[in-house]
Amino acid sequence: MEAVNSLDVEAVRADFPILQRKIGDKPLAYLDSAATSQKPAQVTDAMRRFSDYSNANISRSVHTMAAEATDAYEGARAKVASFIGAPSPDEVIFTKNSTEAINLMTYAFQNASVERGADPRFTLRPGDEVVVTEMEHHANLVPWQQLCLRTGATLRWLGVTDSGRLDLDDLHEVVNERTKVVSFTHVSNLLGTVNPTAAVVARAKEVGALVGLDSSQAAPHLPVDVAGLGVDFIAFTGHKMLGPTGIGMLWARAELLGAMPPFLSGGSMIETVTMERTTFAGPPAKFEAGTPPVAEAVGLAAAIEYLEALGMDHVRAHEQDMAGYMLEGLGAVDGLTVIGPDVPTDRIATVSFTFADIHPHDVGQVLDSEGIAVRVGHHCAKPTCARFGVTATTRASAHVYTTTDEIDRLVSALEKVRKVFA
Amino acid sequence: MDLDELYQEVILDHYKHPRGTGLREPYEGESHQVNPTCGDEITLRVHVEDGRLADVSYQNVGCSISKASASVLYELVNDVPVDEARTKMDEFTELMNSKGLGEPDEDTLEDAVAFTGVSKYPMRVKCALLGWMALKDALIRAEASVPTPRGGAE
Ligand SMILES: Cc1ncc(COP(=O)(O)O)c(C=O)c1O
Repeated sequence: MEAVNSLDVEAVRADFPILQRKIGDKPLAYLDSAATSQKPAQVTDAMRRFSDYSNANISRSVHTMAAEATDAYEGARAKVASFIGAPSPDEVIFTKNSTEAINLMTYAFQNASVERGADPRFTLRPGDEVVVTEMEHHANLVPWQQLCLRTGATLRWLGVTDSGRLDLDDLHEVVNERTKVVSFTHVSNLLGTVNPTAAVVARAKEVGALVGLDSSQAAPHLPVDVAGLGVDFIAFTGHKMLGPTGIGMLWARAELLGAMPPFLSGGSMIETVTMERTTFAGPPAKFEAGTPPVAEAVGLAAAIEYLEALGMDHVRAHEQDMAGYMLEGLGAVDGLTVIGPDVPTDRIATVSFTFADIHPHDVGQVLDSEGIAVRVGHHCAKPTCARFGVTATTRASAHVYTTTDEIDRLVSALEKVRKVFA
Repeated sequence: MDLDELYQEVILDHYKHPRGTGLREPYEGESHQVNPTCGDEITLRVHVEDGRLADVSYQNVGCSISKASASVLYELVNDVPVDEARTKMDEFTELMNSKGLGEPDEDTLEDAVAFTGVSKYPMRVKCALLGWMALKDALIRAEASVPTPRGGAE
């Protein structure tokens, strides 16, 4: 399914005003899209249009603008649903970000574990097991770890091979009859690895466990189809897929959402309330207490439209080209070690590396003096860093607007880094 | 940005040839500090004798700024009265919070004046202060502990 890279990168770049800016007197080379992507003018324009013309709270009033705002918000939900192949918009819950989406899941388990009469698929007791991997972002590790600590369940994980792939050798042992849920990263934000979801999903189903994905780094770069993936839930975040900050998404099968206790409670998520009791609305409202991020949903819908207009196959092909080019360029740098797969298959153009003995902070600082923005540090994946015996890495990451020229600049600026610290 | 202003020769020299490294005995106070955003770490010990910092010893991993800062710290406070060390600590902390506008006293801060440029980079100020936070904490611990003949707290 290798599509030809037919993305017109120069035309794409013209849509991103921020790419014109300079850092000092150097043109910006933004290679930090895995932390947050930039937004095309189409996204900011859509948000401004909404704020300047239709701003109102949703689902509360009968006036024209309230109706427009409600339409815009629900339209965004439908847009997300079709983007990921969800059968119904009601399966899409808007959250603040991926982190909140994952917490929505873990709190469903936690709440079910203390409530009477909860669906047994969500109740955790000592002896039950939860499975993650050693390549999780803290967002898909800490919530499950805390859930296990509070319920007495055991947290287990799949390891990572030296080449940065998921180690499936002990899949059958780690995912077993005691496993109640498997939640793993679709694409690693540190290693760039695209995981073989099918094998893990099949095993989870075989033992009757629920299975979900942290698709935060997948949705921006690859076609994501929840039906094809065969999972029960996925979490992803707007600001990494050309959309605004402040909005994320949980998708879960309708039947599961129906069985899950709510996470946050308050206004907008109720059916009826007395002083003693509350009955909840059905999903998605049940999981969206309080006024949601309406303008952000509008921006997110514009971002998805933008990605769809480019075509996710083309986005993927460009990503693959950038991954190959980055690995080739960086691989030729003396003293540089890539942490993660060193071939562009089943990986995105997010490349972490160590460089001689130079601390990533120092690498990043010198690169910044050349206008090159990369991420340095542990990338919210400390156990993954520890797995590779490093405390921090430098990470370059691409998106639809990334050029080979920017990667060339990165590679040559590393020689300047070397000179300063030699 | 002006890289030379940040990575002054003095700083690079301390980074490449750090002074006083290694953990030594005896000591009365020890502190371990971590910068959670980058994973830089330092363990620092103080040995106080007759109101003087008779030895400051440390082990660290980190960037050039945090390593150079620890080395400069050693030069500044090793074998000086505790009060004077505290004064230098306050002066250095103030310099780091000066956003590039500080006018440090070269007589008291010596090589540490080279860090004036660092104070313009908020992301790096924490790196420069890591060792000093460890010193502050180790001194508090040393005061609280009853000195044992061998000095070790472990
Ligand atoms: C794989 C992965 N999961 C989760 C997150 C968390 O996303 P957010 O900070 O938007 O909640 C990130 C991004 O930092 C990520 O890369």
